[in-house]
Amino acid sequence: MTEKGEKIICRCNDVTLEEIEALIDQGVTDIETIKRLLRVGMGPCQGRTCIPMIVSIIARKIGKKPDEIKLPTTRIPVRPVPAGVLVGEMDEE
Amino acid sequence: MKSKAEVVVIGGGSTGTSIAYHLAKLGADVVLVEKGYLGSGSTFRCATGIRQQFTDEANIKLQRYNIERWEKLSEELEYDVNFKQTGYLFLATTEEEVEAFKENIKLHNKFDVPTRLISPEEAKEIVPPLNADEFLAGQWNPTDGKANPFKTVFAFARKAKELGAEIYEYTEVIDVIAENNEVKGVKTDKGTIKADVVINAANAWAPIINEMVGLDKEFIPIKPYKHQLVKTEPLKEGQINPLVCPPAWNDSYLLQDGEDGGVLCGTGLEYGPTYDMTATYEFLREVLKWATKIVPALKYAHVIRQWAGFYAKTPDSNPAIGKINYIDGFYIAAGFSGHGFMMAPGVGEAMAELIVKGETKVPLDWDWYDPHRFERGELRSTAFQIG
Repeated sequence: MTEKGEKIICRCNDVTLEEIEALIDQGVTDIETIKRLLRVGMGPCQGRTCIPMIVSIIARKIGKKPDEIKLPTTRIPVRPVPAGVLVGEMDEE
Repeated sequence: MKSKAEVVVIGGGSTGTSIAYHLAKLGADVVLVEKGYLGSGSTFRCATGIRQQFTDEANIKLQRYNIERWEKLSEELEYDVNFKQTGYLFLATTEEEVEAFKENIKLHNKFDVPTRLISPEEAKEIVPPLNADEFLAGQWNPTDGKANPFKTVFAFARKAKELGAEIYEYTEVIDVIAENNEVKGVKTDKGTIKADVVINAANAWAPIINEMVGLDKEFIPIKPYKHQLVKTEPLKEGQINPLVCPPAWNDSYLLQDGEDGGVLCGTGLEYGPTYDMTATYEFLREVLKWATKIVPALKYAHVIRQWAGFYAKTPDSNPAIGKINYIDGFYIAAGFSGHGFMMAPGVGEAMAELIVKGETKVPLDWDWYDPHRFERGELRSTAFQIG
């Protein structure tokens, strides 16, 4: 898909730079809304790869400094854990 | 920011944005204010389920109508809200429950909701990894479903703006102005907006708004209860398509997210009343204990997210919808007790028509949801409260 572009920013959910920029161009500049519409930062990596890049994309597009962009809430668990480990029926790895 | 409007809606969740959209569609001059970002209160924290399987006439009729609205919503809003009719499957563990299911089904069928009793074998065909041996029967309605709450709120808001509504995010109402028992507008942290009609769609925060207008906070006793969800990594879609719930197992439920196939797991463990939104380890253990009992293979799925949100509960778990008789121009649609998202299209339409036309064609039983019922000491039968 040429429309979607090829520069992957969110590797968990296959979201590209072009998709993020298109949404910002539509006026959606709040990282909380970008996250939820494109599902960036909601995959197994918990946003560790994509969120810092998205912060700089937003900052560049709207003329703010990256540290002026508030980060979305980090959810637990910090890294993925099998459900069986959490209920005590399995050992991790 | 506008200084004047016909109607101000307080709260930018699924209810508030739906009301704003329907008002704008009827030509009203409407402003919506939301203290965070749209959906940040409870909508974006919900389990995404949409069902008609209630245990009373009012909720079944409203939801039967809402399913028709959901079926056409993407087309109407010109934005795909990813509504899917993947059904709700309740599972019985005792003969008593099977009998109760049969009664529920009679009531559903009476109002044209096609719920039926199914065998554990059929349940396993619908949900292949189900631990079907644990159950005696299922109460199955294939026309219930799920949708994407993020896209729904965004689509309502986008269309409302196209139709002339103004939406102010990160704008907190600090006072509702009333003189001689008439609403005059709202004061926000960004300025004052004069209006003849103000709608309290703040759900878990609705009592705070009621107090601002001079009502006792117990007049409509909505209390925030913390509920939580856990989500697994994306799994192949179609394995747990419906919302699956054995009510006897602490109201636990699971369903695959319609967007990425990750499994959303919930359970009845709640905390409150509280405005605290911290996720708890106790919940994580509890919900996974039940989830891995319903679908044992989930043991091997990685948990990737856990979060909390509120059920804005009334004493009978039914919302308060309608006009407040003590203050002219003041309306409420709040206290949805976990059902706000699934009810949003019809509730928004009914509220908008009530305000603009004085009546509505939506089959919403105003007496049942009467905000004044609590002060009269009338309670409805408790709305069956799951996802």
